[in-house]
Amino acid sequence: MQSLTNRSKVVVKKEMTLAERLYLPAILGGVMITIRHLFKRKATIRYPEKKRTFSAVWRGHHVLKRDDKGAERCTACGLCAVSCPAEAITMTSGERKKGEEHLYREEKYAVTYEINMLRCIFCGLCEEACPKEAIFLTDRLVSTDYGRDGFIYGKDKLVEPVDKRIDVSKRQTPDVLAFKQLNKSASHNR
Amino acid sequence: MTTSFLIYKLILVFSVFGITLLVAMYSTYMERKVAAFLQDRIGPDRAGPFGILQPLADGVKMFMKEEIIPNVSNKFLFIAGPSIAMITAIMAGVVIPWGNILVINGEEYVLQIADLNIGILYVFAVVSFGVYGIMIGGWASNNKFSLLGAIRASAQMISYEIAMGLSIIALIMMTGTLSLREIALMQGGGVGSDWNMWNVVYQPLGFLMFIICAFAECNRMPFDLPETETELVGGYHTEYSSMKLGFYLFAEYINMFTSSAVMATLYFGGFNFPFQNDLGLGQNAVTIIGTIFFFAKIAFFIFFFMWIRWTLPRFRYDQLMNLGWKILIPLAIANVAITGLVMILLD
Repeated sequence: MQSLTNRSKVVVKKEMTLAERLYLPAILGGVMITIRHLFKRKATIRYPEKKRTFSAVWRGHHVLKRDDKGAERCTACGLCAVSCPAEAITMTSGERKKGEEHLYREEKYAVTYEINMLRCIFCGLCEEACPKEAIFLTDRLVSTDYGRDGFIYGKDKLVEPVDKRIDVSKRQTPDVLAFKQLNKSASHNR
Repeated sequence: MTTSFLIYKLILVFSVFGITLLVAMYSTYMERKVAAFLQDRIGPDRAGPFGILQPLADGVKMFMKEEIIPNVSNKFLFIAGPSIAMITAIMAGVVIPWGNILVINGEEYVLQIADLNIGILYVFAVVSFGVYGIMIGGWASNNKFSLLGAIRASAQMISYEIAMGLSIIALIMMTGTLSLREIALMQGGGVGSDWNMWNVVYQPLGFLMFIICAFAECNRMPFDLPETETELVGGYHTEYSSMKLGFYLFAEYINMFTSSAVMATLYFGGFNFPFQNDLGLGQNAVTIIGTIFFFAKIAFFIFFFMWIRWTLPRFRYDQLMNLGWKILIPLAIANVAITGLVMILLD
């Protein structure tokens, strides 16, 4: 039979030689292997002190972006909820009142916006679906909790603070930006 | 019996007791570190610098855990099991010569609690008592896994005790004494002006068999069938929790410590070190350095125990019995015969 890799070994059932039956040479060999590992570089990363750098396109804790003036971009169109394969997103929409223009960018906005982080699979389809560039996945981690309720993130945890903007420019890779340049017709890029 | 003698013995007893417990405590730490390092990890490093306080944290955890005694168990024996395991483990340290003679104010102080003239027999007797702790605990749990573990432990102990005893006989034939201290003193000098080799040079096969049996007696890795977690949940200590479980685990490490000490004494020169008579040091200096050397040897053997544990897989039960009865015992008898023959020829 032809082997797929050059690592395969043909197994032969033969009588063991005396050295093999003594086992001691084999044990010695094994012991030498383990002792060599004693001096090897360790693979462990001491987590809280030292963190691995995330990939530029890491998909973690979502953020609902605000525009330059600090108004929420989300218009509660529900495309993210539709696109979500895990059905983790729910929202209710509301109409913007007079005098709320600085809070919400368009006439319709999300009164509540919840993502169930236990359902979410961090696929990023919500981000892809969003026509308003309102939702992004960031390189933040979703922290643990003691109950399930704590994992349902509302607007308080999702909308970025006005004074502490969350940088998502890393997710806008050159390919993405080029795509946006080409598709000027997309309404939100106008 | 003067007061000073009593005080000296008491200090010795308490320091041996303390050191034994301390070494056992830090063996658990060392085990985890060695395991980690052999697997390219770094092991516990959160409690204190390099995780040095980890054993304390473990101890506190063991004490704080809920004490569970199964309803169906025999309560008295359930508690007696770990107690026996612990007591017998600690008792073996009595006859081990921790060092040579210290001379303070013209009085000689031997660094050994009791120099029995049947020291080896005493060690054997006490160590084989240790299996009662495991057996009683496993049986009293009233759990089939515990019972299976206990049966395995006793069968294994009995099988390997024979080979162990036989491997020692060849050594005793050479030394002509059963006193551990005298055996240690016979290996004095070593390399140096008076060429007096360690017993391992004369009895390599005996040492090999002894160390294999010691692994089996301590229920260490290639022979840890009484507590195979893949087959028997936890073996004899399945039903145990909190400090009673701690005692079992502790007893295992103390057994490792004492068997390392016995091995170092019998085969690796005990408290003697190379060139000890050529350096021109005083009696006390030689004794203290010798004790340090003795502990270094013990530490090496404990490391060896762990090293083997993280290298070899476990034996199957029939393989274990095969090795014990069909290989080690005939080999040990052959070793005795060869030793006797060589001794006659050399005379």
